[in-house]
Amino acid sequence: MESLSYEEAFTRLEEAVAALQDGKLPLDRAMHFYQEGMKLAQHCDSLLQKAELSVQQVSIASDGTFNTQPIDI
Amino acid sequence: MLDYTDTAAVVSVSELSQYIKELLDRNDILQNIWVHGEISNYKTYASGHCYFTLKEGEAQLLCVFFKHARARSSAPSLHDGMAVAVNGRAAYYERDGKLQFYVDAVKLLGEGVLFQRFEQLKAQLAAEGLFDEARKRPLPSQPAIIGIVTSPQAAALRDMVRVLRTRYPLAQVLLSPSLVQGAEAPVAIANALDLLNEHGEADVVIVGRGGGSIEELWAFNEEVVARAIARSRIPVISAVGHETDFTIADFVADHRASTPTAAAVAAVPDIEDWRGNVRELQQALYDTMEDRLFRVGEELDRTKRDLHRASPLKLIDDRRQQLDDTVERLHEQMRHTLSLERERVRGVALQLHSLSPLLTIARGYAVVRRERDQTIVTSVGQVQVGDTLMLQVQDGQISVEVRPFNR
Repeated sequence: MESLSYEEAFTRLEEAVAALQDGKLPLDRAMHFYQEGMKLAQHCDSLLQKAELSVQQVSIASDGTFNTQPIDI
Repeated sequence: MLDYTDTAAVVSVSELSQYIKELLDRNDILQNIWVHGEISNYKTYASGHCYFTLKEGEAQLLCVFFKHARARSSAPSLHDGMAVAVNGRAAYYERDGKLQFYVDAVKLLGEGVLFQRFEQLKAQLAAEGLFDEARKRPLPSQPAIIGIVTSPQAAALRDMVRVLRTRYPLAQVLLSPSLVQGAEAPVAIANALDLLNEHGEADVVIVGRGGGSIEELWAFNEEVVARAIARSRIPVISAVGHETDFTIADFVADHRASTPTAAAVAAVPDIEDWRGNVRELQQALYDTMEDRLFRVGEELDRTKRDLHRASPLKLIDDRRQQLDDTVERLHEQMRHTLSLERERVRGVALQLHSLSPLLTIARGYAVVRRERDQTIVTSVGQVQVGDTLMLQVQDGQISVEVRPFNR
């Protein structure tokens, strides 16, 4: 779960909700989607919570390659 | 060179200022003179007074156009870049230690050079189609990397980073630093933008700076900058810190923001919305599950009721109920029957009563008895003359003697 990107986790969450809303799903499958869904929602929330903007400066080095350095803004 | 220990030669600032002021005030030419140049840094204050710098060549003159003077003059509305001739007096302003020109009248001399160049370039690039709406690309909805071309020291950069950090911390910012004013700025801006394009990873680029005078922003009106924006493969947001005026960069860019902060807002979505979406889905999960469990619970109850209805215990209960009902009916019957019986008995009693000899006696008949043996006399054969008979009437007995009788 931890390795999922926000997009992936969010898409899977949408799928879990859709699956759960199918009334014909057996109860144990429904519980599974519910628990999966809740975990995915937690993961999305925590990704948003922990996200930190990274600021870098780019320049051309003497050998012509790109050089990126983190800067403090 | 004067020796400063020669105290007679050392004057105070006030004294020198006074001296200079009076020197200028005594000069007739400076009291009423016409000067031409180009307006820049034009500012009007709420007081109605306005200030600007008159430039020409390498020289400049600070001008003040007071409200009362403006009201009296027939000068049109002024702005930066206008070539004008001003009439007034030059005087030394002691408090600020500067020379000021107090304007009484203004005459237009036609558009300034700067503006002429601006209009020409604008027309040319428009004719080439660089401003066309069709050219403008949509901004990416979820940019992973945001390029910025601006001065690294500027407040504009700090403002943009602050907005991005709050609104969309998932992104990365890639700064391509550049001068943003002065003669070298246009080429520097173009190079910085080209660099981001060569690097190739940014999804959108903000090109801009904070507010300033028309000269300070002028780099963004230069052709070299316009062409760099036009050839950028990455969509460009121009952010030249001027609410109302548009620079040429603004016309060419894919999106124009009035300030760097507005540019940062336009560049990225707000993760607060994303948080909202996640919460909505969580709520949907919860509601759906709860609904499901509720329905399952109801089904269970229904089944329990069906089960109960068919169960032997229920059967026993039913039977018991039937028994109770039957017993009750039995009692009812009994009570009813008894009641009928009582009625019948009462009826018979009444009949009996109606047949009672006492009633007969009341009607005038008497029970006749022989006094000697109390036998009831029903026939003449039972009596002889001289017998004593007792007649029982309803309220007593009458003693009588038999006299001769016949059958």
